[in-house]
Order: sequence, then structure tokens, then C-alpha cells
Amino acid sequence: MPERFTQLTSRTFVMPQESIDTDQIIPARFLTTTSRKGLGGKAFYDRRFGADGAPIATEPLNTIDASEHRILVAGDNFGCGSSREHAPWALLDYGFRAVISTTIADIFTSNALKNGLLPIQVDAETLARLMADPGGRVSIDLEKQELTFGNEAPVKFKTEAFARRCLIEGVDPMGWLIERLPAVEAYERKMQEQYA
Amino acid sequence: MPPDQPRTLFDKVWDAHVVQPETAETPAVLYVDLHLVHEVTSPQAFSELDARGLRVRRPDRTYATLDHSTPTLPPDAAGHRPYASAEAAAQVETLQRNCARHGVTLAGWDSADRGVVHVMAPELGLTQPGMVVVCGDSHTATHGAFGALAFGIGTSEVGHVLATQCLLQRKPKRMRVNVDGRLRPGVAAKDLTLAVIAAIGFGGGSGFVIEYAGEAIRALEMEERMTLCNMSIEAGARAGMVAPDEKTVAFLRGRQHAPKGEAFERAAARWLTLATDEGATFDKEIRIDANAIEPMATFGTTPDAALPIGATVPRPHNDSEQKALAYMGFTPGEATTQHPVDVVFVGSCTNGRLSDLRAAADVLRGRKVKRGVRMLVVPGSEAVKRQAEAEGLDRIFIEAGAEWRLPGCSMCIAMNGDFVQPGQLAVSTSNRNFEGRQGKGARTILASPATAAASAVAGMLTDPRVFTREAVDA
Ligand code: SF4
Repeated sequence: MPERFTQLTSRTFVMPQESIDTDQIIPARFLTTTSRKGLGGKAFYDRRFGADGAPIATEPLNTIDASEHRILVAGDNFGCGSSREHAPWALLDYGFRAVISTTIADIFTSNALKNGLLPIQVDAETLARLMADPGGRVSIDLEKQELTFGNEAPVKFKTEAFARRCLIEGVDPMGWLIERLPAVEAYERKMQEQYA
Repeated sequence: MPPDQPRTLFDKVWDAHVVQPETAETPAVLYVDLHLVHEVTSPQAFSELDARGLRVRRPDRTYATLDHSTPTLPPDAAGHRPYASAEAAAQVETLQRNCARHGVTLAGWDSADRGVVHVMAPELGLTQPGMVVVCGDSHTATHGAFGALAFGIGTSEVGHVLATQCLLQRKPKRMRVNVDGRLRPGVAAKDLTLAVIAAIGFGGGSGFVIEYAGEAIRALEMEERMTLCNMSIEAGARAGMVAPDEKTVAFLRGRQHAPKGEAFERAAARWLTLATDEGATFDKEIRIDANAIEPMATFGTTPDAALPIGATVPRPHNDSEQKALAYMGFTPGEATTQHPVDVVFVGSCTNGRLSDLRAAADVLRGRKVKRGVRMLVVPGSEAVKRQAEAEGLDRIFIEAGAEWRLPGCSMCIAMNGDFVQPGQLAVSTSNRNFEGRQGKGARTILASPATAAASAVAGMLTDPRVFTREAVDA
């Protein structure tokens, strides 16, 4: 069940790099877990920790107060790579609730929405403005699908309608699918007749 | 889509699986014919089922294997497998338990069918044209080589499919990649794949299902089509597909899970009707000349950063490209063929099939892996391993100085204890050259099996035609 999401106001954390892939978000060697909990400590692990396992003092991800920087602003093509849902689990557990980029990979988007991490795609100009003000305060309104920051007019964004409803109203996608099982059974019967 | 309108291969497969059509408010409910499962992305989905008191709805359409966390070294005398960690062993045990409880077939340690999920399913005939195939794994697109709509899903969706055999999906857009002409001798499917990704761009396929078409694609064998479709995700695409033809039918005939006898002939006739209709339209089309493709290798940390071997590295256009070159230790204006290679990996669901091992063995036959280079050859499945050993390929690898391992994902994802040391340079037949993909600080060059083998011999990234030409002259 996704965590609900309606509004959020927080500071941004900016990672200007493009194509931040899922192996950077959570390296594969941490995927041996059988739980979805507690992966925040592994988020961006190779960026945060040195070869000896000690935290890198100069890495901002180690020094910011994550509870104050809940919006990740990242370069183009964020979340590309594997289908591991561990990536949004790790980001959420670290403290992020939203990711803003110009493009966000398909599977990552789908995974993030199912867990209440809001992926927001904006145009290049909006991204550049957000990047120019790291740590700036941004307000996200999922109901209106608007971002507000600085003294500028709100910027519109789009979220897939059903995923949005799930996040705002707390609709459970698996439960919704289960309610459709009679249609699934009818489909299976039809297919069986067709190919019998 | 109205059935009288010309449709693409993808449209036909999609339409046939719509249980409930999409609307502005809700995505389509899409039926899944085959759900492949492995140990890494499934435990939390089974837990979700348990928490809701649900059962796997169609265990007969679900098939599991062990591949990602599994050691590729044999068990010790006491039968203990050298897992990378207690957690990895627990993950494997969790899948064994979940499959047993839910009646799902698992190609486990004792199975002759076990393999990397995308190598195993086609070889067993589980993957068939016109199917919707999903797996909690982004390289599921591999199965598109059969004209199936195959794509990777996350763990929440694995739970949806286990519980309902369906997914909620918006229909992606259609892209056609037309590859004209023929690949020249010595140029592999992997070279074509890297050239295609470089042409589309990393992320350029986002939101699309790609159909690969044209003379060069028709000329590819099934294993080569799998290599090509496998890496569709590296262009950001949801899936890649090739229309079924006589080669597809011939590949499937007689396979364990393929229809038998009369039923096979009927299925085959149906498969051949799946090809894109004349006049069907695509949202995007690109054209590539197969003739112009050379053996390729990557130089950056994204799979689209690929060039013909020996070409000079271009100047970076932005900070991200600069960072990638700094990570790789490569200099603009220089070729990457001057850097000593530390590790060579032949394997993965991209290039771990029999034809891939043959291509590597052809280069290594009678040659030696250069001193100081570590070469790992990991068959994609137990079947590949058996066939390779029957042909004596294992002997060629071992005599050349390479390690011959048990099937698994191994160094492709480096979570089973096989990994590249920090700073080491690897030539790998896998699919991702991301920072840290093959181990923390590992530097990866993606290339074909023949290139990997040639690079192992020379100790530097090498165009394999150097050796094949030598062989011709001798
Ligand atoms: S071989 Fe690599 S890409 Fe293929 S399934 Fe295994 S880890 Fe994934």
C-alpha cells in the first residue's frame, strides 16, 4: 500500500548529475535483503561511504538533516537501469518523498508511485531554476499538480490519474485489481475457448 | 484499436491481453501469460500475499529460478555452497520455501533446467510468440525476440501478478528500429545492439516499445535476437520485439514447454500472423545501416556511450560526461585500446548462451589469456553448460587460463561474490557499465564475446578481427 501523499513543503537536495541509475541509488550487493525496510542506510552507498566503509565527511548526503530535505532534484534520466523497487524503498527510508527531474525512467516511476515517493517531471528550464537554488523551499500540491517555489507562478506537472488517486485517496492498487477478478476469469474462459 | 485497421506486432499482442481497457481515469488491466520469478525481487511480494492471506493465483503460469545471488563456485565437500553472505543464502531459501508453499515450479539447485531467468525460459520453450511475459527484472525484454511483449516490473507489481495474473498498465508508444543491409563478417549481434543504443540514446526509448525490423534483423539467429532485445531497456524502452518467423518456429519446435504435435502446428500458424501489418504506423521510426557497423565497445558509464573499437573518445559535452570519463580514466582524443585490462567476463543474459561461448572459444582456441588478466566464463544456464562441455568449450577456456564456472548472473550484477576490484578495468559481455555495477569502483567496458576473448588474449581492448584474420592467413 502506498503511503498517502497530498501536499509537501520541504527543502530540495540537488544532484545535478544526469542518468543517476538504480545501481547508484542502491548498489546490487545490498539486494540480498528479504525485507523492504531499513534500506535508507544503503541509499547512495558508494557515494556516501569510502572503501573502508567510513562515511565521507565532505559528502552532503552525510551531513544534511534528511528530514528537512525531502525533495530530490536530479539531472535528466533519473532512475534508469534496473527494475529494483529497492531504489524507491531506499530513497523513502533515507527521507525523500519526491524526486524532480526532466525525465524519470518508466519502471522507476511505476515503482516510486506504488510506494508514495512522488516522481515529478518538469521542463529543462524549471529544472535549471530548481538546480540554481539548492536547499530552496519547494511546495508540492498533488491535488492541483503544482509546484511552487521562490516568488514564481506555480509550475504544473502531470501524474498518471490512477496512481494519483491511489496516493491522495489511499486506494490500494492490489485490492482494486482483486476486485476485477470476475473480469479476469471471464477473459481466461474466453481465451481457453478460442485456443481449445 | 479497431481490428480492421493495420496493426503493429505490439498492438496485436497488447490488444489480445486487455482484460479491461484503459480510460482517462484508470490504466488497462493487462493479462500476463508467463510470470518469471527469481530470488531477489520476489521475497517482499510473497510477504505481501501472506499479509493479505492470498495464494498465488496461477502457479501454472509462474516459473521460478535461482540466478542472481547464487555462487558460481561449487559446494565444498560438506555440500555447503559459498554464498557471498548469510543474507544471500537466506534469500535463496526464502524463494525455495515460497515456491514450495505456493506450488510454483522452481528450477532450483538440483534442477537440470536452472539458469539465468532470461536464458532459461526461452530454452525451455516457456517463452512463446504473442505472450505477455513479465519478471521482476528489467532485462525481461529479452523474450521479445520471440514476438512476445515482455517487460520488467517492480516488486509491488510482482505481487499484483502473483495475486491476480494481471497488471495495471498504460499502453506505451510504438517505435520501429529498421536495420537495413547485413552485418559484415566478424561483427556480432552485440555490436549491432550497442550501435542501436548509441543511435537511440540512453533514455531515448523511454515510454516506447521498440520493434526491431529490417533485413539485418531477419538475418539474425534467435540467440542473436535475444541479445538485441535484451538491451532495449538500456535505451530506456519498456520492451523490444522481433516479429516471429520460420526461425522462431524452428527454435521452439520440440522444446519442453512448447505445444506438441497438432497443437504446435496450429500455434505456429497463429504466431506467423503476429507480424506488423503493411501500413501500420509507429510514433517514431529510426533507420540504421548494418553494413556500417564495426565491432563496438563502450567508453563511458552509460551503455549508449559506445564507439567502434579503436575510435577516439569524444570531448565531454557536460559535467555528467566529464565525470564518466574521469571515472573510467579515459582521455578525450585518445582511443581506449591502450589501457591494460584486468578482468574479462563472458556471460549474463545478454551473452551467456551457447553461440556466445562458441564465439569466445573460437578466439581463445590455441591461445592464452594474458598473464595478469582474470577471465571468468559463466554459462547462462545448466543447459548451456552441458552443451558447451559436450563440445569441449570448457576445455578451451580452461586451457587458455580462464575460469569455467557454474551458471548464474555472476559479475553482471556482482552480488554473488564474483566482482571486479575497485579501479580494475573489465571487458564484459554483460549489459550495464554503470559506476559500481560490477563492484564498487569497477570500470566496465561492454563488448561482444569475441571482443572480450580477444581482449583477454591481448590484455587490452582489442578488435577480435585481428585474430580471426590471423587465423585465415595462417
Ligand atoms: S545476467 Fe545480469 S542483467 Fe541478466 S538477469 Fe542476471 S543480473 Fe540481470
